[in-house]
Amino acid sequence: MSTVNPATRPGDTARHRVPAQPTGPQPPRSSAVSLRGAGVRVGGRTLWSGVDLEVGAGEFVAVLGPNGVGKSTLVKMLLGIPPAAAGEVRVLGEAPCRTGHRVGYLPQRRSFDASLRIRGTDIVRLGLDGDRWGVPLPVPARFSARRRAARDPIAEVVELVGASAYAHRPIGECSGGEQQRLLIAQALVRNPELLLLDEPLDSLDLSHQGAVAALIGWICREAGVSVVMVAHDVNPILPWLDRVVYIAEGGAVAGHPQEVITTETLSRLYSVPVEVLRTSDGRLVVVGQPEAPALHTGRHAEGGRS
Amino acid sequence: MNWADASAGWSWNPLTDLQQIWAFPFMVNAFRAGTVVAVLAAVMGWFMVLRRQSFAGHTLAVVSFPGAACATLLGIGAGFGYFAFCIGGALVIAAIPRAGQGGSGQESALTSTIQTFLLACGFLFVALYKGFLGGVNSLLFGSFLGITTDQVVMLTIVAALALGVLAVIGRPLLFASVDEAVAAARQVPVRVLGFVFLILVGACAAEASQAVGSLLLLGLLAAPAGAASRLTDRPYHSLALSAGLAVAEMWAGLALSYYVPQLPPSFAIMAVATTIYAVALIAVRRPHAHGALAEA
Repeated sequence: MSTVNPATRPGDTARHRVPAQPTGPQPPRSSAVSLRGAGVRVGGRTLWSGVDLEVGAGEFVAVLGPNGVGKSTLVKMLLGIPPAAAGEVRVLGEAPCRTGHRVGYLPQRRSFDASLRIRGTDIVRLGLDGDRWGVPLPVPARFSARRRAARDPIAEVVELVGASAYAHRPIGECSGGEQQRLLIAQALVRNPELLLLDEPLDSLDLSHQGAVAALIGWICREAGVSVVMVAHDVNPILPWLDRVVYIAEGGAVAGHPQEVITTETLSRLYSVPVEVLRTSDGRLVVVGQPEAPALHTGRHAEGGRS
Repeated sequence: MNWADASAGWSWNPLTDLQQIWAFPFMVNAFRAGTVVAVLAAVMGWFMVLRRQSFAGHTLAVVSFPGAACATLLGIGAGFGYFAFCIGGALVIAAIPRAGQGGSGQESALTSTIQTFLLACGFLFVALYKGFLGGVNSLLFGSFLGITTDQVVMLTIVAALALGVLAVIGRPLLFASVDEAVAAARQVPVRVLGFVFLILVGACAAEASQAVGSLLLLGLLAAPAGAASRLTDRPYHSLALSAGLAVAEMWAGLALSYYVPQLPPSFAIMAVATTIYAVALIAVRRPHAHGALAEA
């Protein structure tokens, strides 16, 4: 969130903002995501442009906005698909497509087919080594020290997300909330510095929403992983949020939730009267927020299937 | 060749029985070719079932028939026709965009149009080449007893190449098949893998259907893989089980048709394969829930 020059190497800025990182193999980090005047075009249409955003290391940032406005595209742009049409994008100090295993990604809700007979642990393992060529030799674990060591990260991350009880079951037979925890484990298995989550709470029931949101907030706080999360509803994650980015057709505002999710800011962003109400338990309700024109049909088609 | 001449009673001792069957060189070649085809088809079919491309696999197996008919009409080796049509078909199907995992309506409509059109072409070629008609049966259902040693060698080479390529791309292909979005974000070349896989299926269909026929090949692609994925939920175990089941079904089917001469080999093999799949479907309803504390 401080104004770090995005062109600076990650190591150079450490003393400005990162307190006492241990001098290990991991270099000290500066901002996890840095957008300067970024814009993106999909299918010849500019979804948004002129977006500035700084996400500091270990911050939890929500991307909010109406359907079809390009929230998912923002996250995909951070992965390098599609590339930014304008401006500068740095992710962990690198170009977006060069971050590799330092970024964990959870795409918009995939429901696995109920007949898919692959265990949750196998899905998590694909996150660890699924992009490697060749087939692992079926050496029994007791003969191979490497295999014994390789078991650990899977079991560890499955336990971290609290999925040990059902990780050995076929993923198609797990509930939506269980699948989502396993997918978070898959995104976490290579110890990423940045998690990009696209609507992980979508289509979960309320109690699971709260539990998964708490898990993500906990990972962000305890493991120091930066989180950029696309959300439809800000309320389940409000207690953990450091910043929000509100995207409207064309542009975006970023800032602390209390500053951004206000009647004044959102009315200015959308150029129509928008009212933000606060309920007695602290939840925020946005009234009168316009939906973007439904040109972005891919999303809706996908949403209709789940 | 007539099965009835070869049949000399069942001894209930598998070793004696096999020795008796293998006394005939054509049976040895049938077992060799059958084993290679079974392993190749089961492994390809396992990925095909996982990727829900059974329909594409069906089409590729079936277009080998017009390929062979076309080559015969043109007076060139039937092998060229098999490969040209199967790999050409694979390229066309791979170029059709897949919308999501289930495939779009467009995809299946286009695939079935291609399939039917090419089948119709096959019958056109047969009609144009008048002396060819007797071969239609063996194109569709194979000619197990007429497999030559040269064919077995060629089949083994193609199978080894295809399985070798699959061994290299197997893990990213598995990733791309179950979890396309994450695989793409991890820089796995999802589309290229889809292309390569279909070309491999095409090559496998072209070579294998020369030995066992288009329709039996299709069954061998689908049935063992379907049964195996029902019986275990570990991907590599499932893959190995699929190959094992296919070989067992092939041997059992060949032996069965040897001892019951009324049964053609393709029927016997598919009868065994279908029975095993049915048993796997019925017997293994919900194989999970061994307790919450089972190994994670």
